[in-house]
Amino acid sequence: MSDAQAQETRNAEETDTKKVKFIITRQDDPDSPSYDQEFEVPYRENMNVISALMEIRRNPVDSQGNQANPVIWDMNCLEEVCGACSMIINGTARQSCTALIDQLEQPIRLEPMKTFPVMRDLQVDRSRMFDSLKKVKAWIPIDGTYDLGPGPRMAENKRQWSYELSKCMTCGVCLEACPNVNDDSSFIGPAAISQVRLFNSHPTGEMNKSERLEALMGEGGISGCSNAQNCVEVCPKGIPLTTSIAAMNRETNIQSFKNFFGGGN
Amino acid sequence: MALNKEFAARRLHSLLGIIPIGLFLMQHFVVNHFATRSAEAFNGAAHFMENLPFRIFLEMFLIYIPILFHGIYGLFIVFQGKANAKRFGYFRNWMYIFQRITGVFLLVFITWHVWDTWVQAQFFGAEVNYQMMADIVANPWMLAFYIVGILSATFHFSNGLWSFLVTWGITVTPKAQLAATYFTLAVFVAMSVIGLRAIFAFV
Repeated sequence: MSDAQAQETRNAEETDTKKVKFIITRQDDPDSPSYDQEFEVPYRENMNVISALMEIRRNPVDSQGNQANPVIWDMNCLEEVCGACSMIINGTARQSCTALIDQLEQPIRLEPMKTFPVMRDLQVDRSRMFDSLKKVKAWIPIDGTYDLGPGPRMAENKRQWSYELSKCMTCGVCLEACPNVNDDSSFIGPAAISQVRLFNSHPTGEMNKSERLEALMGEGGISGCSNAQNCVEVCPKGIPLTTSIAAMNRETNIQSFKNFFGGGN
Repeated sequence: MALNKEFAARRLHSLLGIIPIGLFLMQHFVVNHFATRSAEAFNGAAHFMENLPFRIFLEMFLIYIPILFHGIYGLFIVFQGKANAKRFGYFRNWMYIFQRITGVFLLVFITWHVWDTWVQAQFFGAEVNYQMMADIVANPWMLAFYIVGILSATFHFSNGLWSFLVTWGITVTPKAQLAATYFTLAVFVAMSVIGLRAIFAFV
């Protein structure tokens, strides 16, 4: 047996016996109290938090050897574009699909995000974000009874920065970090404000600009921001959220003057 | 569309913090700075301010009503937030917290300060002059209270100026906001020097 082969065998053995330790905050239903449960998962190369959770689901036994309920979590795309698998991993809100085990300190602590109602275990209800998108009309209304023809063209430089805004996946990490998004305030949070900037930058979307701005001027709107600027620090997609907020501050101020004193719409 | 109440109140809160409250703070510090020249210079300046025409209206509209609104609505804003600098220890997040701490402290300090000077003069026949302040800060605890009050006021004003620029959509890009951070830092240092020089002139 060559040295290289021996090394490989040793590596394989090590991989077989190596365990990944998890401490997971669990909650059986939306109203029951949470509790911690520890798990040890056999290590595999290139493992991420989701494949470890799948392993727990396959063999739901805690680190003491007791039978446990499989851990519930949300996931969908597995490539950090859908935003569904956000959770707090070692204290940081992020997507579990791109959280690689090799890069995490053990024991790995998994908790549900705190800003949202917990449905079960690591699964939270992000409905408030989707409600906010509806509130600010984060779409471009082009449906009608006849063909409206092609829309106006978009300048390339504008397309470039607005493309960055379109990367928002409603993952909820910015709301989790915002001190003003909580049970005592109705603030819609940074994500929806940035979406108003995105849809208002679109040449066709711009035609309904004032409706979106007025939604931002409503209850729980942009004035709920107090500039703590955590959102821009934590956004996994690097979206310039605070630039969007400041830009929408300017636009809503102008809109409010127009509404009161008159001039355009 | 009717002007939204929350939006209008928050914008008014931001505006009043600078105009007139911030401007009043500057004026107040500059006038008090006369004390560094001499007791007579301070008394002269205080006397001049005291005898401004329409003084009651000036006081009412340029300071009492705006500061009452700013303070009470500010307290309401404080209760809507949940500090989280332990989990997110970023610079701006700390500024967010200090803005709230200094704001609440200033409510206490300014109430005391007005009681100690204006109310005494208005209702109990005391005279606002150099001696009055010298007597107050003769107590080292009161001097400390005033120093913390002055620094809280200059911080709250400078940091408030920074967020005023964002709230009104003047500084939009990160570059402009960073420049405003340095600018407001300079404002904080300058105002603190003026305020502290003034209070130490009474010691």
